[in-house]
This record gives sequence, structure tokens and C-alpha cells, in this order.
Amino acid sequence: MSKSASEQYRTPLSRARGLGASRHGVGHFITERVSGLALIPLSIWGVYAALKLVGADQHSVTTWIGQPVNAVLLSLLLIAALIHLQHAVQVVIEDYIHRFTSKSALVIGNLFVCVLAGAVGVFSILKVALTVTGAH
Amino acid sequence: MTDTSRGPLERPMSPHLQVWRWHITMACSILHRGCVIGLYVGAVILAGWAAAVAAGPEAYAGYLSILGSPIGKLVLLGETFAVFFNIAYAIRQTFWDAGKGFAPRIADMTGAMAIAFAVVATIVTWVIAGANGAF
Repeated sequence: MSKSASEQYRTPLSRARGLGASRHGVGHFITERVSGLALIPLSIWGVYAALKLVGADQHSVTTWIGQPVNAVLLSLLLIAALIHLQHAVQVVIEDYIHRFTSKSALVIGNLFVCVLAGAVGVFSILKVALTVTGAH
Repeated sequence: MTDTSRGPLERPMSPHLQVWRWHITMACSILHRGCVIGLYVGAVILAGWAAAVAAGPEAYAGYLSILGSPIGKLVLLGETFAVFFNIAYAIRQTFWDAGKGFAPRIADMTGAMAIAFAVVATIVTWVIAGANGAF
């Protein structure tokens, strides 16, 4: 393999500098933008749903979640929001926390909070949707 | 902070927040970041709400009494604003991604529009919520 003349004489530091965000930055950026766009209709639906469910008791809410369209949209809203926020909050952490150990701990903690909230939320929605009786 | 005695390694720093004149694009950027942190709490509240529904009538009634308390309502009011502001901000950022809207006058205008939209949509939402028996 022959290297081009400019590659041959570059120092390791010079080469590392050219890599930028380890070539992962664009994936993060696109995930944030696409999930942000998905959240425009989903969160408007979420506000509409919240207004419909104001003051409703648990029975009415389970009946509402028992309708497949509501269970699916509610799960999508929660998952899209958590993916979006996990990425967004990671950037905030990386902007302000510079010590490697604290930064890593917070980035990992952020991921765990989001995955846990998603698992609890989606499991609860499914449990209600699949066990509710009398909803068609 | 700037210790010049350290020699040539010390690099010039970018201007700090407090020496900048406040302008609307900066306010929007900071507000957006604040809203992101708020919505993070909101997503956890939403997951908790689903868990409360699954846990049964008493758990749900307990969860609703927390959300319906004055502090709970204040938090939900903030979440409403954050949701609407982020919707407007996502649309604004999409135009930026297409390379449009960077002229200072346009950026100021869209920033003001995003805040105005969020304020109006929040008020409308809470008037409807009030009509539906939120108070």
C-alpha cells in the first residue's frame, strides 16, 4: 500500500486532529434531528390526549389505553422522546462536565435513566393494553 | 481564572456569558437548553404515569393527587411550555439545517415567533384543560 506524500509526513497528532468526533458525530446529530421531527406530531397528539384525559379516573384511562391506536402512539411518544432527550442531555453533560470520570458516570447514568424509563413505561402500557377488558 | 504566569500555554478564552449583551437568539438557545432539562423530567413523569395506571386505581389516584397539587400543576405548566417551545425550535432548526434563516434579522424574528407560539399555545392548552375540569 502506497501512501500519498501528504499522508506519509503527517504526525500522529495531525492525523488524529483530522478525525474530529471519531466519525460518530453525524450519527448523533441525525438521530437528534430525526427524533425531533418525529416528536412534532407525536407531542401535539400527546397534548391532545392529555387534555382528553384531564381528571379521568384509572378505569377510564385503562379503557383509553386499551384502544390499540392510543397504546401504540403513547409508546411511540415515550420512546421517541427518550431517544431524543438521551442524546440532547448527553450533549449538555459533555458541554459542562469536563472531568473524565464524572462525565462518563453522568453519560452512562443518563443512558440508564432513559432506558429504564422506557422499559417501565412501555411495559406498563402493554400490561394495561393487553389485560384491559371491555375495550374494543 | 486567567493565570498569565503559566506562560504561553494559556490560550485566549471566548467571551463569558456575562459580558454579552442579551439578545433574542441567545435567550432562545439558553431557553431551549433549559426546556430540554425540563422535558427530561417530563419524560420520567410520563413513564411514571403509565406505571401508575398499570399499578391500579389507588396508585393512579395517588399519582394524580401529586400531579394535581399546586406544585404539580406548576411543573405541568412548565412542561406544556417546554413541549410547545421545542416543537417551534425543531421547525426552526430544520430550516437552519437547510441553510435558511441565519440572517440576524430573520433569526431574531423566528426566535421571537418560537417564544410567542409557545406562550400562546400554553395559554390555550390550559384554558381547555380548565374547561375540562383541571381546576
